[in-house]
Amino acid sequence: MTTAHDAGAPPARRSRRDGPADPGRRTVLAGVLLGAGAAASLVDLLVFHLALQWHHFYDRSTPAVSITSDALLHAAAWTASVWGVFLLLDVRRRGPVPWRRWTGAVLAGVGGFQLFDGVVDHKLLRLHQVRYDVTALWVYDAAWIGSAVLVLLAGLVVLRRTRPARTPGRRAG
Amino acid sequence: MGDHHGAVPAGALDVAGAGWAAVELGALAVVLLVWALHGAGRRWVRGRAPWPAARTALFAGGLLCVAAALVGPLARAAHGSFTAHMGAHLLLGMLGPLLLALGAPVTLALRALPVRRARALTRLLRTPPVRVLAHPAVAALLAGGGAWVLYTTALFPAMHASPWVHAAVHAHVLASGYLLAASLVGVDPDPHRAPVAVRAGVLVVYVAAHALLAKHLYAVPPPGVDARDAEVGAQLMAHGGDVVDLALAVLVALGWYRATAPRGRAARRRRTVAGRVPTCPTAAPLRASTPPRAAGPGARPT
Repeated sequence: MTTAHDAGAPPARRSRRDGPADPGRRTVLAGVLLGAGAAASLVDLLVFHLALQWHHFYDRSTPAVSITSDALLHAAAWTASVWGVFLLLDVRRRGPVPWRRWTGAVLAGVGGFQLFDGVVDHKLLRLHQVRYDVTALWVYDAAWIGSAVLVLLAGLVVLRRTRPARTPGRRAG
Repeated sequence: MGDHHGAVPAGALDVAGAGWAAVELGALAVVLLVWALHGAGRRWVRGRAPWPAARTALFAGGLLCVAAALVGPLARAAHGSFTAHMGAHLLLGMLGPLLLALGAPVTLALRALPVRRARALTRLLRTPPVRVLAHPAVAALLAGGGAWVLYTTALFPAMHASPWVHAAVHAHVLASGYLLAASLVGVDPDPHRAPVAVRAGVLVVYVAAHALLAKHLYAVPPPGVDARDAEVGAQLMAHGGDVVDLALAVLVALGWYRATAPRGRAARRRRTVAGRVPTCPTAAPLRASTPPRAAGPGARPT
């Protein structure tokens, strides 16, 4: 009965995954997912909501489209963090982990998300602001976006310097 | 049937009425009956090994969550307080069903029932209606959509006015929560389990819908609930829901991690402990307890 196999882990797919499974790209994916996911979930929750209390659970002035996208974003952030960890574990059980490359990917993920959050969420969607009741909001925005760009650039530099030697034709997939 | 005819405002409830007592007793009876059946199943279970104590503990924990939500002080407080109601709902619709599903009740039934009955049960679980209901997208729609309907329509006051509506709503919450948990991270044999990408995607959308509903309730309380109560309850819903959803996300990823273990020494070592049955990817380490004959034709590996 063929239908018994098309869900879950069919034998054909399993054999492909049992190969070397491009550890380089999986490392980068794991790092970016963990970085972006942790930036979106943990940093926002622990630092800005709970520790500083600059952000609020819901400031009631937010349009419906924005809180919908925010809800999706947060759900995706938790999922991305979890998968970032498990993909890293998967790379680790298949061989040595290129830790520097992974670190670069994490930095790129954190910076990329903070940049997205600072530009799209705070400014374009006006989901919530970095801080309320301050006159010079642009200072906070500039600090947020500026630091995001710096972290993103640092991550991209590390990724570029840890790039594996080129082997043309092998990474066609 | 019931002793309530008109709309009773929430908070001014006659919780001691005969209908309410009957619903509470009925819930208690169902929980005790399920626990008795579970005990009988553990005694009759076939196979080389006894039923794993960890699964019994998970199932018992799930039943305790369900019981706490339906019977006793929290259940009674839930009539007047939205926050208590939300606490009960998290136990009944999210944490309880997750623990029940991780307790593998279908596997226990298959191992404990006579083989012919077990085959009949397998056939039943393979029928199209069950397959549709057990798809994660359908289960998420029933659970998440059900919550939206409950809190944004007149169903919420109706639930507190009539014990029978109350019972029906709670049955739906429990059943849809179980379907969702089982379809996402269940350890029972599921020959049509959705691919891991579908399960992870459905979970993201479900979590988002849950968080969105919490924010909506924070701003727009259900009829008959005062604003402060709604704020606390909504935050409990959001953060408590996040904890359970995080557990679901970890379990989905863990299932993938186990099912895609590379071949080699480690995998061979694992295989001697538990045979591989590709129909049940999330249950790799516990799979030895599934009876190969009762699973019926077609469920056999390659």
